[in-house]
Formats: sequence, structure tokens, C-alpha cells
Amino acid sequence: MERPEDRSGPSRRNLLTAGAAAAALPAAQAAAALPAAAAGRVEMTLAVNGRDDRVVADMRTSLLDALREHLHLTGSKKGCDQGQCGACTVLVNGQRVLSCLTLAVAVQGEAITTIEGLAKADGTLHPMQQAFLDQDGYQCGYCTPGQILSAVACVHEGHAKSDDDIREYMSGNLCRCAAYPKIVAAVKQARGRMETA
Amino acid sequence: MRPFAYARVSDTTLAAEAGRDTGQGQTDAPVQFLAGGTTLIDLMKLDVLRPGAVVDLKPLAAKYSAIQAGSDGLRLGGFAKMSKVADDPVVLRDYPAIAQSLQLAASPQIRNMASLAGNVLQRTRCNYYRDVTWPCNKRQPGSGCSAIGGANRNFAVLGTDDSCISQYPGDFGVALAALGADVELSGSGGFRVMPFGTLHRPPDGKPHIETTLRPGEVITGFRVPAGAWTRRSLYLKIRDRQSYEFAISSAAVALDIDGGVVRQARIGLGGMAYRPWRAHEAEAALIGKPLTEASAKEAADAALQGAKIHGENAFKPILARRTLVRALLQAQTMEA
Repeated sequence: MERPEDRSGPSRRNLLTAGAAAAALPAAQAAAALPAAAAGRVEMTLAVNGRDDRVVADMRTSLLDALREHLHLTGSKKGCDQGQCGACTVLVNGQRVLSCLTLAVAVQGEAITTIEGLAKADGTLHPMQQAFLDQDGYQCGYCTPGQILSAVACVHEGHAKSDDDIREYMSGNLCRCAAYPKIVAAVKQARGRMETA
Repeated sequence: MRPFAYARVSDTTLAAEAGRDTGQGQTDAPVQFLAGGTTLIDLMKLDVLRPGAVVDLKPLAAKYSAIQAGSDGLRLGGFAKMSKVADDPVVLRDYPAIAQSLQLAASPQIRNMASLAGNVLQRTRCNYYRDVTWPCNKRQPGSGCSAIGGANRNFAVLGTDDSCISQYPGDFGVALAALGADVELSGSGGFRVMPFGTLHRPPDGKPHIETTLRPGEVITGFRVPAGAWTRRSLYLKIRDRQSYEFAISSAAVALDIDGGVVRQARIGLGGMAYRPWRAHEAEAALIGKPLTEASAKEAADAALQGAKIHGENAFKPILARRTLVRALLQAQTMEA
């Protein structure tokens, strides 16, 4: 997938680069530096799906918004934007997290995997993607990217040993269409194929 | 979300310096520490927290995430992730109440993000606190408490006063309170240890001051003392839905039983109190007695004796008693 590099604004100031020196600023000075940080954008590098992407964005940008609005990776979905629905789930260093409650600026240098990064380069779907198709594990599909990434992590964590386990450890991903029984079936199907892969 | 400056610090000395304006849990503190972010970013989006500067503590995780169990007890790094501790085999075996309190909290994603230290400092889920259009003494000192006389079904009945009836929403903190844990702190004055039970302040008419932390202080770890009771321990959580929900009532119990008679008991209550709650009266009521449904009920009555209800939460003391009785009887059947 083509991903235009984000150059939507000038990089005026980068508070991160100063590292410990900036951190050692007394709070009063940190506060004094605020207008510059607020008015300017911050330049960051995000390692998404195996490649480094430069993003110039407001300091407040969540990882979810950085992915969707700046890198145009719209597979990660914005449901509640409050950490309650799981639609924005991505993997950071292999761990499933909520990208809506993650500041983009704080996950630079960490390996981020989105739904766009799951399939192989030749287009072969990840066993979990294939399982959601085979088992019809969705209706409207809005929560599905988050469900799939969460399910991949669930299997890797060893938390997909039984139906009850799967239900409990998938509880952070809500599905308004209530495709839950088929989601459990999909996780079970992929579990076997991921373990033998 | 308001604009903020961001800085990342690499050690506790720099954290103390950069965090000298973090206050003691005040909502309007101009500087906020960032660990997992699951409370901070949420409340910044809601415009409840409005820090001018966010100090990211992530690099401290490398030093303060260890899980160490020894003959004197369990030591947990403040930056350990909830998910890691919940799955730790030694914690599961020797401190099941701790593991369960973490496993039953939030969602897998949030448990991967949230640190233990951040977890115990999570803010109340009071809807009036979270909605800036309402008066709230915790958010805006002196503005009043909208929950008193308001929609207050899941509000505290223990440890409240006329200034605030909000409920401590956490689970892990309840297990720590029950087990008599200590908290390790690092700040500009150096290192110190204090009882976990004194970390959260009672409201005392000033619910906006939430903790006894000194400004800039960081929680680097927790110490759970060893005891004959820790293996026979559990965390029972009652919720409005089966998973991914805050407690409406919970109990952390740990028992040392000899020949059917209770030698020692450790009891904490969640979903019920203004802060992580240890029920000393219930513990005292059990010691030296056989654990039966009758003695468990007496202990539960003792625990809830000071309960103060506010309309919609009138069911809570009853639910708390039943929760505690069930937890005690269940713990009795454990092999320890």
C-alpha cells in the first residue's frame, strides 16, 4: 500500500530531541516552553508495519489519529476514542494496546503493527484474518480490525485455551452486531493454524 | 485536549525535578506524570485534567518492573504491567488475591498498557468528576458534590464525608490494602517506604487532595509481606456485567486457618469505599473463631457497621456483606 509521507506542516520545535536535558527543566520552564510546543508541531518517527514513517503532527495526536489521519492507515478504527471499545487495538512490540489512549509521540521507536501489516507481502492473509472470513466473524465489520489484532495477541499470550478463556480475554473488544459466537469460532480456528505455523 | 509540553525523563532524580508541580493528586496540577496513560489521556480528552506539561516516565520501566518473591514477601516494580503480574506463576500460586485482582480488572489491552503504580493512582469513575459541566469538589474545590442527591448508584458507602462520596474504582489497590502492603517511593528527598494504607487520603473536606505523595515523587514499587495467609487468598469481584467492568462490590480476603479456626485474617473491600479499604473490624471479628457462615456474617456486619448510604446506593452495604461472606467461605475451601 502506498503511504505518502506526511509533510503537512513545518517542524518548528522538537521537545523530544533534548531528551534528559529538556526533562531536567524545572517545571516552570517547561510550562514556559508550552506555547512553542502547542503552536508548533512535533516531528516524530513511527515504526509501523516494518517501516519507519515520518509524521509531523500536533503534540496531542493519539497513535490512532497518527495512523489514520497522517499515515492514511484507516484500518484501525475510532469507536469510542475513550479506551472503552477496543476498535482501535493495535500491537506495540507485539502487545495489544489501545491506540486511542496512546500518545503517538510516546511510542517512537517501538514496533507498531496494524491490520494493514498482518497479511504477507504476496497478499496471503494471516490465519486470523482468514478465520474471521471463514467463520463469518463479523457483520458490519467496523470492530473487526481491532478484534483480529486482539485475537492474534490473545493466541500468542496463551489466553485462547478454551471458549471461556477466549470470551474473557477478548472482552476488551466490543461488537455491536454481537458476532461474539463466531468470533470465538474464528479464534479457535486460527489458534490451531497459528500454533502449527 | 489542551496543548501541553512533553518531556521524557530517564531516572527518578529527573522525574522529581520535572515533576515538582505534580501536586498531591490535584486535578488542576500543572504537571502530570505519564506512565501507561490509560487514566491520564482519557481524562485529558474529557478536559478534566489540563496539564501544561506531561512528563513521560516510560524509561523508568527498565529499572522498576521486576517481580521478586522471597521469604520476606513479594516485591513488585511500580512500572510492571498489570498483565505481566497477573500471569506470573509465583504470584498466581503464592499471592492469588493479587493475581486475581489484576486479571479481573479492565481489559487485556488496558492491562498491557497500565503500570501497577499508575493503577493504584487511577482516578474515580464518578460521572460528575468526569463531566466538567457539573459541580465537583474533587475537580473544582468548593463547588459542591453533585452525587449527593444525584445519580449515585455506584457510589461509596465507607470512608466518605459531606464533601465527596466518590468511589475508589480499583481492584489491585484493594488486594494491597488487605495484605498490608507497603509502597516504595522515590523523590527529591530520596527514597522512602510507607504503608500503602496511607497513600490515599480520606476526603476530610478536601477531596481534591488525593494522595500523601510529595510533589515529584514516583511510586517505584510495592512490598507485600509474606504471611501464612497469602496462599489462601482470593479476590472476588461482583460486576454489572461479567467482564471488563468496574466492581460494584468486591472483597480481597486472605486466611490463615489452623484446625478450622481462624488464626489470622486479612480483608479488603472494593467498589464500596472512598479509598482502598481494609476492614480491620471484620478481621478482628474472625480471629480465634471457626469459620462458618455465621461467623463470616458477623465479620461482614462488623465491616459495614459504619456504612453511610445516599439514596440509590442503599443496596450496597447488603451486597458488600454477601460478597464478603461468599469470599470468606470460598477462601476456606482453598488448599493452602
